[in-house]
Amino acid sequence: MGIAASAAGPEALAWIVRMMPYGWISTAILLLPFTVALATPLIGRGNRRRTTWLMTGTAGVCLVLATLLFPAIADGEVLRQTFAWAPGLGLEFTLRVDGLTWLFLILVSGIGLLVGIYATYYMPPEYPLVRFFSLLLGFMGAMLGIVLSGNVIQLVFFWELTSLFSFLLIGYWHHGKSARDAARTALIVTVTGGLCLLAGVLVLAHITGSYDVDAILAAGGRIRASPLYLPALVLILLGAFTKSAQVPFHFWLPQAMSAPTPVSAYLHSATMVKAGVFLLLRFWPVLAGTEPWFWIVGGVGLATMLVGAWAATFQHDMKAILAYSTISHLGLITMLAGLGSTLGVVAAIFHTVNHATFKASMFMAVGAVDHETGTRDLRRLGGLRHVMPITATLAVIAGAAMAGVPLLNGFLSKEMFFAVALGANHGLVLDTLTVLVAVAAAALGVTYSLRLVGGAFFGPLRHDYPREPHEPPRWMRFPIGILALACLAVGIFPAWVVGPLLRAAALSVLGPQLPPYNLALWHGLTMPMLMSVIAFVAGCVLYVLGRRRIAARDDAPLIGWTSALHGFERVLAFLTTTLPDLQQRVFPSRKLQVQLLLVVLLAGVFGFLAVQPPPAPVAMHGMHVDPAFALLWLLGIACAIGAATQAKFQRMAALILTAGTGLVVCITFVWLSAPDLAVTQLVVESITTVLLLLGLRWLPKRIRELAPLSPVARYHRVRDAVVAIGIGVGLASLAYAVMNHLVADSASRFYLEQALPGGGGRNVVNVILVDFRAMDTLGEITVLSVVALTVFALLWRFRPAAESIGAPRARGSTPGQAEPHTDRDPRAWADQLAIPGFLILLIAPVIALFALHLFLRGHDLPGGGFVAGISVTMTLIVLYMAAGARWVEARLKVAPARWIGAGLLLAIASGLAAVVLGDPFLTAYHGHWTLPVLGDVPYNSALLFDFGVFAVVSGASALMLVVLAHQSLRRVVPAPDAVRDAGEAES
Amino acid sequence: MTSDLATAAILASQFLLLLGMGMAIVRMVRGPRAQDRVLALDALSIDGMLLLLTIGIRTGSILYVEAGLIIAVLGFAATAAFAKFLLRGEVIE
Repeated sequence: MGIAASAAGPEALAWIVRMMPYGWISTAILLLPFTVALATPLIGRGNRRRTTWLMTGTAGVCLVLATLLFPAIADGEVLRQTFAWAPGLGLEFTLRVDGLTWLFLILVSGIGLLVGIYATYYMPPEYPLVRFFSLLLGFMGAMLGIVLSGNVIQLVFFWELTSLFSFLLIGYWHHGKSARDAARTALIVTVTGGLCLLAGVLVLAHITGSYDVDAILAAGGRIRASPLYLPALVLILLGAFTKSAQVPFHFWLPQAMSAPTPVSAYLHSATMVKAGVFLLLRFWPVLAGTEPWFWIVGGVGLATMLVGAWAATFQHDMKAILAYSTISHLGLITMLAGLGSTLGVVAAIFHTVNHATFKASMFMAVGAVDHETGTRDLRRLGGLRHVMPITATLAVIAGAAMAGVPLLNGFLSKEMFFAVALGANHGLVLDTLTVLVAVAAAALGVTYSLRLVGGAFFGPLRHDYPREPHEPPRWMRFPIGILALACLAVGIFPAWVVGPLLRAAALSVLGPQLPPYNLALWHGLTMPMLMSVIAFVAGCVLYVLGRRRIAARDDAPLIGWTSALHGFERVLAFLTTTLPDLQQRVFPSRKLQVQLLLVVLLAGVFGFLAVQPPPAPVAMHGMHVDPAFALLWLLGIACAIGAATQAKFQRMAALILTAGTGLVVCITFVWLSAPDLAVTQLVVESITTVLLLLGLRWLPKRIRELAPLSPVARYHRVRDAVVAIGIGVGLASLAYAVMNHLVADSASRFYLEQALPGGGGRNVVNVILVDFRAMDTLGEITVLSVVALTVFALLWRFRPAAESIGAPRARGSTPGQAEPHTDRDPRAWADQLAIPGFLILLIAPVIALFALHLFLRGHDLPGGGFVAGISVTMTLIVLYMAAGARWVEARLKVAPARWIGAGLLLAIASGLAAVVLGDPFLTAYHGHWTLPVLGDVPYNSALLFDFGVFAVVSGASALMLVVLAHQSLRRVVPAPDAVRDAGEAES
Repeated sequence: MTSDLATAAILASQFLLLLGMGMAIVRMVRGPRAQDRVLALDALSIDGMLLLLTIGIRTGSILYVEAGLIIAVLGFAATAAFAKFLLRGEVIE
């Protein structure tokens, strides 16, 4: 691209740069993968070919778009595109493209394209490609988001998003325990690192006063001089090291090999693990060059390089070799960035590209072997070059690049690495150590590459493979071939193939400090060349002499006894078992009363402190009290006290009395002119009563044979009574104080005045909910959905206490009356409730219609999505009661989880529509249309949002209802047919 | 709705309805059988509904009447649920 552009002449190039809509291009690169990821399940379901086209097409378009950006950044320029995000917080959503970003854009989209092709043929037909490619595209978008971020908060957001997609992809085969464990380990490690990174960039932003990457990059001197430099550095490095699998956080990467091989090739060798490297390079100009940077980054890189190479040498699983080799190479890149020399940065970038090409192709070749033979164990493989000659050739090329054989790209970056190691001057011993470790790691690299390629493809052909191996499909070899070709091309013509892009990337990090370097195959007989030869010979000798002994070992010598993974598991065990046990010993949380007491007392103490000094007593307003109203309240109080006294043993009586109290409260609302509150409260009261009644059946029965009260129990009772009365008095006085505290200029007046002009509605409460404070409502319905799903998860496998399991007895039968049917015969039930059931079936549609009415008029008159949603659930409840769960579910499609999902999506979509139109998130539009027949029709886009609320509320309450209702179905109930058969047999 | 007679009638009816509610509450507390309590709750909600109607008549607002309508439409659900609970020991089966 660069060559072509320079041939076209500088004027033409300048013209192209001027005319290109670059901001549009970078936005499209970011948005496209996410959009297609969301659309894939809809478009591609059940059609493998179409799904493949979605994946490869998206990656291909991103690749082409990224290529178009090159002329604009080739000479160290920076392209920026900003969108308003949270202007009040000084946050802008910035897309930033420079040379380093560009290089990663090409890597991510290019390898994404190849992995897409490969995976189509790799994934077994019984697994749906839709979910796989949807996740892979989502990952691609997140990864592109990291490198495009021009704002550090945005960077951390996409960073965590990649961890999430990595989790989902590692656990793609979620029926396997190893995959689930590996996914969880990777998630915990990388997300914890991400949190550290967030803290780190916040410290950086605090030092520089800006979240903008360019502003931070411009403030290098200030950052390094700041006393907060060290904390910021350590936190950011924790993020980078966890992501890039550096010692001691490397253990998640070998585990992550449980993922399908395309995922390993894409995420865990070529792109995601390079995010840490990208971060190091991105902030190299501001963080590097200090003592701590050198010691931490250089030291960790050195250790990782050696440990990874050593462990890789002793693995038998081909993917494990590649995983440890990846760790080793990542350590190499980290060390290059850590040495602090500018040539080190160039070498780090160069090796990032080279490693991505040869390691991705190596992974794909190993995947092909696994796919064809059914095993990856080197001890069971051999001689595959006789049956898979093309794959073997490609694997030899990639393996040779990994070993650093001349004419291949791995050789060049290794030479550069040796030159950097030789050029280091931090102290005599340290420099020698660096050089020695470099040669040792390179030699081990030769050994494990030989083991990998030699063990699988050479030697005698074996005949005991689980599957009969033959050459994989052509399109599975194609991506491996392209990458192997890239290894060769870079290795033979480095200056032509990668010269311009390496220069652009290095320029964007180093700027004017760019060192002279020479990308050539042959530098003459130099010291690095000599080191290469030594490493190569040593590696070969080690392989020839040691391969039998290696094959006989189960773990790596020297480091086999220690395992970072075990350490991690011990930390997890401490956090999830030991620590809670300790807490329980300090705060005995097995008893709910103690916890409740602590919470209540704490709240009381803080509440008391909050009103110190006590406010001046408010003069009692001369208020006229309606005697009827006072009487109503006395009745309500009687109900409440009655409920409290009955709550312990007469639960049903207490429930009835509570319902009475609720009714009185509703009437009070009406009396005090708040019909909207009353409408909502009435519906909520009725559903609450029924739901509580549903739960009542599972509470344990009273144990009558208890010992008489001990003094301790007496003390507890007195104590609880004192606490209860104290809290009650406190709350009452609080309510009294609030109601007598007249605020002159309150927020409520603003809402009352602005509801109609600003929100287009007369029902102020509803306008506040769906328009003014729609963001809060969105949060609330999200929480409601989470709660409903949690209740569902807790209850759907609920095993009730032993005494509640048996068929419930009918209660309260009167003497003299016929004994009620206690068997589970459905006909008996139908007889008993025939008339009420019929009436209920008649009135259910009326309730549903009423719900619709409440919903539609909600913006102007009492009603709205919330109360309408509850009313719909009421309809369901009465149907369930009247006809039974089986009858209802055979006739109505009750899918509450879908309602919740659809409602949330609709609410968010209606908010996003405003963003598309250029207004802030969740802006509502209202006005009037003049239609030919209907005349003036008001419209309000908040109705859509309200419909989302409606769907979420009805879904959430119905979900809880259904799971409670199904409790009684889960007991072994004879099917109606079986009952009838038994009856006929008797007669 | 402003004539003295209407005002007095409404006031009287409100007191009588409240008296009825009080009686129902006595039954709800004292029982003795669960059926009595359920029936008392039903009576209480009917009285409440009528009380809402009188408030609606007094103020002339249709919205208050509508709140009463909700009790009429949904109030039976609780009673039915209790009845089913007492008859079958299970609300939904």
